[in-house]
Amino acid sequence: MSDAQLLLEVDDLRVSFATEEGVVKAVDGVTFDLRQGEILAVVGESGCGKSVTAMTLMGLTRSPNAEFEGTATYKGTELIGAPENELRRVRGAEIAMIFQDSMTSLNPVHRIGDQIVEQIQEHEALPDQQARERTIELLDRVGIPRARERVDSYPFEFSGGMRQRVMIALALSCSPSVLIADEPTTALDVTIQAQILERIRDLRDETGAAVILVTHDLGVVADVADRIAVMYSGRIVEQGDLDQIFYDPQHPYTWGLLGSITRVDRPRPERLPAIAGQPPSLAHRPTGCHFRPRCPHEFAECAEVPPLEERSGNGHLDRCWLPVEDKRAKREVAPGEIGLDAKDVPEPAGGVA
Amino acid sequence: MTAGPAPEHAPAATNGDAPLIEVQHLKIYFPIKQGIVVEREVARVHAVNDVTLCIAEGETLGLVGESGCGKTTISRAIMRLIDATDGTISFRGQDVTKAGRRHMEPLRREMQMVFQDPFASLNPRKRVGQIIGMPLRLHGTERGQVEGRVGELLKRVGLSPEHINRYPHEFSGGQRQRIGVARALALEPRLVVLDEPVSALDVSVQAQIINLLDDLQDEFRLTYLFVAHDLSVVRHVSDRIAVMYLGKLMEVSPAEELYTKPIHPYTSALLAAIPIPDPRENRQRERVVVSGEPPNPINPPSGCVFHPRCPRATEVCKTVEPPLVRYPGGHLAACHHPMSVSEQEIRSAERDEASPLACGDEMPSPDGAAAGAAPENRPQA
Repeated sequence: MSDAQLLLEVDDLRVSFATEEGVVKAVDGVTFDLRQGEILAVVGESGCGKSVTAMTLMGLTRSPNAEFEGTATYKGTELIGAPENELRRVRGAEIAMIFQDSMTSLNPVHRIGDQIVEQIQEHEALPDQQARERTIELLDRVGIPRARERVDSYPFEFSGGMRQRVMIALALSCSPSVLIADEPTTALDVTIQAQILERIRDLRDETGAAVILVTHDLGVVADVADRIAVMYSGRIVEQGDLDQIFYDPQHPYTWGLLGSITRVDRPRPERLPAIAGQPPSLAHRPTGCHFRPRCPHEFAECAEVPPLEERSGNGHLDRCWLPVEDKRAKREVAPGEIGLDAKDVPEPAGGVA
Repeated sequence: MTAGPAPEHAPAATNGDAPLIEVQHLKIYFPIKQGIVVEREVARVHAVNDVTLCIAEGETLGLVGESGCGKTTISRAIMRLIDATDGTISFRGQDVTKAGRRHMEPLRREMQMVFQDPFASLNPRKRVGQIIGMPLRLHGTERGQVEGRVGELLKRVGLSPEHINRYPHEFSGGQRQRIGVARALALEPRLVVLDEPVSALDVSVQAQIINLLDDLQDEFRLTYLFVAHDLSVVRHVSDRIAVMYLGKLMEVSPAEELYTKPIHPYTSALLAAIPIPDPRENRQRERVVVSGEPPNPINPPSGCVFHPRCPRATEVCKTVEPPLVRYPGGHLAACHHPMSVSEQEIRSAERDEASPLACGDEMPSPDGAAAGAAPENRPQA
């Protein structure tokens, strides 16, 4: 992987919003890079900052209350704070996005073909007929049957799965080098979810584009990701390649996530493993390690924020003060089973929305 | 796990007495109307198309299927929030299909519901105490006693009684769902219909709610109808699981058996679609990935409704609707070409009375259906 071309470098990205409750640091120092042809999964629960990170890379976080720090460089071009006309050149043509909700992301009063043609012609001076032909080709490639007839349909004439395919076709229309997919399958049925993920992986193989797959479901990425970044409360808490995260996870939060995935291929456990407590509110975060109040293994060191560092070798980064051998012993809740022991966490007295 | 009957039991007859809920040949069609002055019915959505099932007292039935399969419609019909087009629904042996408002009122105490979206199902302008106390007040609990009871309920679902004066927006998704559960429990119901109670929650919080529901069932001897869109979550709570597709029952099975021995190809596809959090095993796993999408329920396919997507479909599937066949162990499946059953099991199988009225008489044949039979007709990708 390391010899592939470096496409995107995100360094200490911070996004904060000024709200009535105080400054909310939605993204609190996120660093990663993305190379050609790889699929990076960004995994975390709601409110962990994964979507804000993705939207910020596209220049779509446009609240007047938002403040940005850090850098995100795409092939040498700085994206954070870039002027709108420069972003327009990159957006769609170089970095494209697939949104979660295909019903609200497509314009309901325009035919899907026209929406794709518009994006193509925005970036390339292509005659109408050729742009239309390319659109039909794209729809065909993402698996829409009878693309030539369907190109003139409206979004409401498609099912959820088919609309998500249209979204993918739209994102691919200018052959971007980076595809950001924000929960592309969350709104879909399970059998359709499998089809869409497979399609995204195939397209990566065909086009060599890099993909950032943002999702809340660690199970989904076991199928498609090359590398995984686990986010919690605005920070990346662990980052490594697929096998490192699944077979040698270093952060207790990752253990908890892995432990709480239902395994349909194993006998059912007496009790479903849960992570105690609630994710912290963004405005009132715990000091030190953000996972500390929910972590059964917390100790004195945790009062200080652990840096994202390589602690177990081979480019595997994590934010946990525990010594590596301790982690390997503590995460085994049963022989060969990774999980997180329950912790008795009192329900917060309120103000947790 | 639950106090319910052992999984081997025959679903229809548990310890002799009538099941709590009995649904027979239920059909629910929604008319599609067109016209400006005079509305004419131009078509019908076949949301539930001849479904027969029952839930025993203390049991948890998981009802699983993709969107549009009719699972929510059935659960609402059982709650009498939607009227049945045809068929009957009985609650403790009493036919309630056409029961009026006044007749239903005392029964409402005994059946409660927890909704999917904890953000939309709690009134944002009411305090927690008012939300949970409302069913109590409506059913005649004295004013002075309501608050104490609400406090108890809050405690029982893992919240603090001090939360009684807070508003829903002050709580996270998981806590809100706990409030929804407390409201459902307020009247000490027998049946709780759980309509995707955890699918809007984060993974780490889902498990908390499932475990809570599990504890509450043991404590109050509740009967659950647990509706879900995939097979991963229901496994932990269910005694039996019913799989639906396009308004029809595909398979009904003791919970554990469904995962080790799925008989219907659709169930097998649903299982295959759930990723295993183990990349190495995942790569080796043999997966039935079904192509296509569920057809339009306005005009369901002839024969077996799953045949256009089924990798095992043959000629007979296109024309003859398969009956629900009872295999040993109380495992029902509606398929002409069952999977993971031996020839012997197919020979001893019988047609079940829960079969749809319109289905054919063809029983699955042992020769073509033995495990590992080659799919004869693979639909286009």
